[in-house]
Amino acid sequence: MTYHQEGAAYQLEDRFEHHSAKPDNASAQVETQDEVRVTTPPDVCGMGHRMKRKEDPRFIQGRGRYVDDIKLPGMLYMDIVRSPYAHAKILDIDASAALEMEGVVAVITGKDLEQHGLHWMPTLMSDTQMVLPTEKVVYYAQEVAVVIATERYIAADAIEQVFVDYEPLDPVVDPFEAMEDKVIVRDDKETKTNRIWHWEAGDKEATDKIFDEAAHVVKQTMHIPRIHVSSIETCGMVSDYNKPMEKFTIYMTSQAPHAHRTVFALVSGIPEHKIQVISPDIGGGFGGKVPVYPGYVCCIVASLLLGRPVKWIEDRSENLQADSFARDYHITAEMAADKNGKIVGLRVNTLADNGCADAAANPSKFPAGMYSICTGSYDMKAAHVNVDAVYTTKPPGGVAYRCSFRVTEAVHMIERMADIMAHDLGVDPAEYRMNNFIRADQFPYKSPTGWEYDSGNYHGALRKAMDMIGYEALRQEQAEKRARGELMGIGISSFTEVVGAGPSRDYDILGVKMFDSAEIRIHPTGKAIARFGTKSQGQGHETTYAQIVAEELGLPAKDIEVEEGDTDTAPYGLGTYASRSTPTAGAAAAMAARKIKAKAKKIAAYLLEVGEDDLEWNINKWQVKGSPEQAKTIQDIAFAAYTNNPPGMEPGLEATDYYDPPNLTFPFGSYICVVDIDSGTGEVKVRRFVAVDDCGNIINPLIVEGQVHGGLTMGLAPALYEEIVYDENGQCLTGTFADYLVPTAVESPKWETGHTITPSPHHPIGAKGVGESPTVGAPPAIANAVVDALWHLGVRHIDIPITPQKVWQALRENGVMD
Amino acid sequence: MSKHTITLTVNGQEQTHEVDARLLLVHFIRENLNLTGTHIGCDSTSCGACTVHLNGRAVKSCTVFAVQANGKSVETIEALAAAGNLHPLQEGFWEKHGLQCGYCTPGMIMSAKDLLEKNPDPTEEEIRWAISGNLCRCTGYNKIVEAIQYAAEKLREKEPVA
Repeated sequence: MTYHQEGAAYQLEDRFEHHSAKPDNASAQVETQDEVRVTTPPDVCGMGHRMKRKEDPRFIQGRGRYVDDIKLPGMLYMDIVRSPYAHAKILDIDASAALEMEGVVAVITGKDLEQHGLHWMPTLMSDTQMVLPTEKVVYYAQEVAVVIATERYIAADAIEQVFVDYEPLDPVVDPFEAMEDKVIVRDDKETKTNRIWHWEAGDKEATDKIFDEAAHVVKQTMHIPRIHVSSIETCGMVSDYNKPMEKFTIYMTSQAPHAHRTVFALVSGIPEHKIQVISPDIGGGFGGKVPVYPGYVCCIVASLLLGRPVKWIEDRSENLQADSFARDYHITAEMAADKNGKIVGLRVNTLADNGCADAAANPSKFPAGMYSICTGSYDMKAAHVNVDAVYTTKPPGGVAYRCSFRVTEAVHMIERMADIMAHDLGVDPAEYRMNNFIRADQFPYKSPTGWEYDSGNYHGALRKAMDMIGYEALRQEQAEKRARGELMGIGISSFTEVVGAGPSRDYDILGVKMFDSAEIRIHPTGKAIARFGTKSQGQGHETTYAQIVAEELGLPAKDIEVEEGDTDTAPYGLGTYASRSTPTAGAAAAMAARKIKAKAKKIAAYLLEVGEDDLEWNINKWQVKGSPEQAKTIQDIAFAAYTNNPPGMEPGLEATDYYDPPNLTFPFGSYICVVDIDSGTGEVKVRRFVAVDDCGNIINPLIVEGQVHGGLTMGLAPALYEEIVYDENGQCLTGTFADYLVPTAVESPKWETGHTITPSPHHPIGAKGVGESPTVGAPPAIANAVVDALWHLGVRHIDIPITPQKVWQALRENGVMD
Repeated sequence: MSKHTITLTVNGQEQTHEVDARLLLVHFIRENLNLTGTHIGCDSTSCGACTVHLNGRAVKSCTVFAVQANGKSVETIEALAAAGNLHPLQEGFWEKHGLQCGYCTPGMIMSAKDLLEKNPDPTEEEIRWAISGNLCRCTGYNKIVEAIQYAAEKLREKEPVA
């Protein structure tokens, strides 16, 4: 921002003027606090206030506006013909019967798209994926053709009248078999192999040496199963091509509208300024609305070809069977300890089942994302991680389930291994963790796989969780119950998260760096609009971003309108996923506000006829030092910026900031879970669950609690209930909510939450991001509790989801039941 | 496709429409009446996002034909604050942060309303079972339960239970 004062040009170089820490100070030791910091009065409602959400009035009255609520004149409806085979050649597609139906406008196949070069598209990991097939299908429920009709019901009828002649091929369901290359999934590629990539992190030689000399080694294989985000709103789009203006207006369930606009422009050749992507209210995302699915591309093409608006809304069964999946890592892990039981090394081999394309949502220089964070909260000498990825005949995998960058897989592995080691050594798992944690005085901590943890206090979080749940008394209760033959377990998970992608040196989407942005405009009457490159899907950005600006400028949060999701008006950003909004756009909000505050100071000095050095900031005004009655509020200054601006200064009061974070942030926490197991049925009941999270400074405690509760239930889900299952033919057996078991209010326990606060030293407001943490941290706490209940019977491990059948089986195998 | 004329009361207003025999009530509400507060989240009657009241009882409108509503009264989320004041359930969901993305919220509120009409003083367990046909992916349900408890208390203050 440049403006002129009395003929001289001033550059606002020092954008960090009001910074508590310089951004090059990427990591430092910081103090942990218990109390949420509040510096503004309730009428301003800055950070730390439990502000009721500004977005809620429309949702509670049924006045939200989701994609399926949008209806345009002359709109057509699209439906999709899907493959009944996991792997098959397409011999012929006969659409004549469908085209004869009244109301059917068009049928589009892969051959039609091929004419425009649109039958393939790039994935987030620079692999390729079919939009519609021309040769063969590679997963069950794959998109084969689309039908466009005047009514939704007619389109649904017409897909039954498109006859596809298939020649079935052998499916490749098991990723270990895929490694043998007997059947090649992607024969479109030059190299005829199912192997996609091999990736290593850490120091192999040093790690092997440690294992050779270790006093104790434990080894465990585990599967982190394929799961699906299942946001209650499925995916959908309304694409409206205005032919005279040659402009697309695209309403889309998008977590990353700007990135999607750029991808559409790059792939189609349509000029980017002629594509407006609008992401309206989004009914949950969790990562499932980051990828570009074939349905979106077909919907855009249909509106282009027909010159009319076209709507496409997925059914739940389509969403569950064909949209991208999360996880599916097969892990073999080894942990080494010295003669005192201290963890010294970790060795991990992993096979990643990526389905038919490497469409993982970990846009970084690392093919397995942040998986090498797998040394977790423990200080050790060396670690080495191997990952091999393969193609199988399943839909693309590796997108998020409230965590995309493979942190969940890493945390599950390390927290299971720490527990197995503790049990093997006969040490209490809490004590074992306390003895092995990275200490608070070791931060910034350089991990053996190369991460620099910005801050942490792991002992503090675990101690707090133990006090909240009454750990020692629970261990006593467990001993008494065990003596009576009752099965009770206590499980701990002390996770380290890594979020806020990210520093642009390592993180980009097809080359576009992963910064994010904020633009704040203060109106003459002291009200404001703030726009962002992110897109809330329920996280409450309209409230939390307003609170950040309120904190910085003293404008009441209720006077700040927050807008996201329209690429024609919002500044460019990479979107909301991977808990990145607060670390990136939240930082940008503070930085843009500080630019405004700096200009406001010059205006205040002019109005008060004093030098800038004579002024000090006080919540919402610049006041004269030692004479606070001489002051100009931010509202006074805003009015002056438009009516009485200093001579030579540019009028107006607004600023934009693009924030490229210097490092990731490292939220952490300790969770403790108590389970009771019915030895007759194998059913696991979560009796209590205490979660202590540390996400740095808290913007809105009410919203953080909500994020933690929701994340915990999304951690409970894969631990006990959810899994996408395929049969030997590659058919999906869990394609509806009757088979894919999303927890209800009955399964979900009453979560008990607490926090410690260890601010991020490099983030402008010391915040870290929180949405993913509980989904990452909860599953191993539950799994550890179950194994803790059964260890004395000889059970070392059970793969998630821990169904009653698996527990029952384990009890039988160990002679507990007949 | 046979057409049928149906007459029904929607949010207090009697109206007559001609509909296809197979038209689902949820599509009738959303597409024909443009009341888009009622949502669709699955195709197996599992998620409850489409919950409305039919003759005063909560039903999943994705599993009712529009013709089955002939002669009956339908109430949707849009009717709750019709007089300009939020219903205690709406207040409760706002006050207690009982929603995040808002997609399941209308159905959740309509199910809770059915519960509180039948049982003005439910236990936590009764609340959890009453909304077990409504899936929420965002909140983890704790704050929804608190929202319903808040509303139950407010409603009891208005009309004390005998």
